[in-house]
Amino acid sequence: MNPFSAILLRDMRLATRAGGSAALALAFFAAVATLVPLGVGSDLHLLSRIAGGVLWIAAVLAALLSLDRLFQSDFEDGSLDLIALSPLSLESMSFAKITAHWLTTGLPLTLLSPLLGVLFGLPPAGYAPLMLSLAIGTPAVSAIGAIGAALTLSIRRGGLILPFIVLPLLAPAVIFGSGAVLGALDGLSNGAFWLLGAFSLVTVLLAPFAAAAAVRLNLAG
Amino acid sequence: MASIFEFANPKRFMNLSGTVLPWLAAASALTIIVGLYLGFTAPPDYQQGDTVRIMFIHVPAAWVAMMCYGLMAIASLLGLVNRHPLADVAAKSAAPLGALFTALALITGSLWGKPMWGAYWVWDARLTSFLLLLFLYLGYIALWNAIEDETRAARAAAILALVGVVNLPIIEFSVDWWNTLHQGESIIRSGGPLISAVFLWPLGLMAVGYTTLFFTLWMIRIRTEIINRRARALQLGIA
Amino acid sequence: MTLRSILAENLSCIRGGRLVFRDLGFRVEAGQALSLEGPNGAGKSSLLRMMAGFLSPASGAILLTSDGAEISDGEERGNFIGWLGHHDAAKPQLTPRETLRFFAELYGASADLDLALEEVGLSRARDLPCQYLSAGQKKRLSLARLKLCNRPLWLLDEPLAALDSAGKSLAAQFIQSHCASGGIAIVATHEALGIQAARLALA
Repeated sequence: MNPFSAILLRDMRLATRAGGSAALALAFFAAVATLVPLGVGSDLHLLSRIAGGVLWIAAVLAALLSLDRLFQSDFEDGSLDLIALSPLSLESMSFAKITAHWLTTGLPLTLLSPLLGVLFGLPPAGYAPLMLSLAIGTPAVSAIGAIGAALTLSIRRGGLILPFIVLPLLAPAVIFGSGAVLGALDGLSNGAFWLLGAFSLVTVLLAPFAAAAAVRLNLAG
Repeated sequence: MASIFEFANPKRFMNLSGTVLPWLAAASALTIIVGLYLGFTAPPDYQQGDTVRIMFIHVPAAWVAMMCYGLMAIASLLGLVNRHPLADVAAKSAAPLGALFTALALITGSLWGKPMWGAYWVWDARLTSFLLLLFLYLGYIALWNAIEDETRAARAAAILALVGVVNLPIIEFSVDWWNTLHQGESIIRSGGPLISAVFLWPLGLMAVGYTTLFFTLWMIRIRTEIINRRARALQLGIA
Repeated sequence: MTLRSILAENLSCIRGGRLVFRDLGFRVEAGQALSLEGPNGAGKSSLLRMMAGFLSPASGAILLTSDGAEISDGEERGNFIGWLGHHDAAKPQLTPRETLRFFAELYGASADLDLALEEVGLSRARDLPCQYLSAGQKKRLSLARLKLCNRPLWLLDEPLAALDSAGKSLAAQFIQSHCASGGIAIVATHEALGIQAARLALA
């Protein structure tokens, strides 16, 4: 097996083992989504209008929750030093970790979203766009989140700063993602999927370089 | 190589900025005073009445807020590539000023919005972008403050600034897109191109005044930071 | 990759605005071991991180000679380095065997994992999650990984810490056979290594 898949599989294994972040992210996603009707009322008409936006925000928060450990546990236990000295470049390592994070949070969130769509009275026309937008957009969340995780690597309470620096950068994903769902409900083709796809593609391609640069400066110890 | 030895003595910058600073401050004060005078003596706008005068303090603030992020990104790039500590200090010193001007743009914008829209806050595309810009500045400052090691903090913040400057146009675009999706209206923006000549002079002067004010404050902050660091280096006995 | 020598010249280190050491120099030839000695905060770990290329020196240079080629770039130097740090890089959820397999794949090393574990006395614990391992057992796992990764320049930070006396002699034996086969070991330590090594004292 090559070094890239070694990282990918190990991170996925760590995320899915007991106490891993994957299940927690899913539970958090569901919990946040459940809290919304309790806050805004049970009017299904209103809920169906905001379903796309709420589920998108919940997905972003759930993904962020598991991001602060993306590099940090490897940093704290010395794994990152060993990975840095391996033949794998830090850029490839970051890309592997972003992929693993998406496969263990973004993808499961996407698959769970229709269930929460039911709770929000999402019309049938909204399911496919909801899932598609999450599938296209959540890689950008993992990618930008990885930059934040790498930047806050050496900060003891980095978990608090990470969302703060990452959330404004994620505004386009939330805007295009929920816009895509809303557009589909109103029968408009507003190009949101294309914009979301372009944003996602650009961030996924560029983020490994920024994340690797951030990891590199933190290796000074 | 970035080292404290080199840092303790950026004489050239200190000499140069020491000479320029009084002139820059004077130019700023003069243009702002004249700009304000012209702004307040200009006839009221036939549509917006006297509230149009807020434009003279709002628009230049917004312009400086954006320019500052650009300058911060340039300084960050120089700091990362050339490893010049002065660039790190410049980037660090710019951020709070950027946040300040962004906050000023937001406050004046919402004061303008009250008579125009009947509410202090409307999710107008421009205002929303500036709110996000404010968060970008605050995140940058928070990251700087959270990392104890100075060189490492500078590098991390520089990476964040560069990511931010790539992302800003996308954020701007997405917010514009979102605004049309939700059928918003923008009044502040329409003040721009339709501007009449009576307003052009005060606005231009205020823009120059704000810009020079920004550079004055920036220079003072950079000088203060250098002096602080030199004092610390002397205390540690390694200067 | 055969390593000829490593040379450090005029190295200075500044951490957090503090001068840790200055004008440090040494040369280690293939087959030799160097032990770094000095009190806490003397910069032993910083020197190791500098040699690994994680930390750039405030002044001076590190030069690696391999088959006549001279390598001064930090990242390139990384390909020669076998690293054993303070921390053991043992994930609590993974077993020693899984841990070792991961690093073998990462480093492209092909070796018998079970044999490597047996050599450091971890055969019985090999399928137990690392959270149940003692500090000494984790250090033994690190030694197994160090050997498995098969790099010519070993940089070891307190390799004897937490080990029992059998473990200590095992570590010494590892270092000795590494040097005997033409490798270099640079070891930061507070204790006597029990092998023949040049000594560099950091004040």
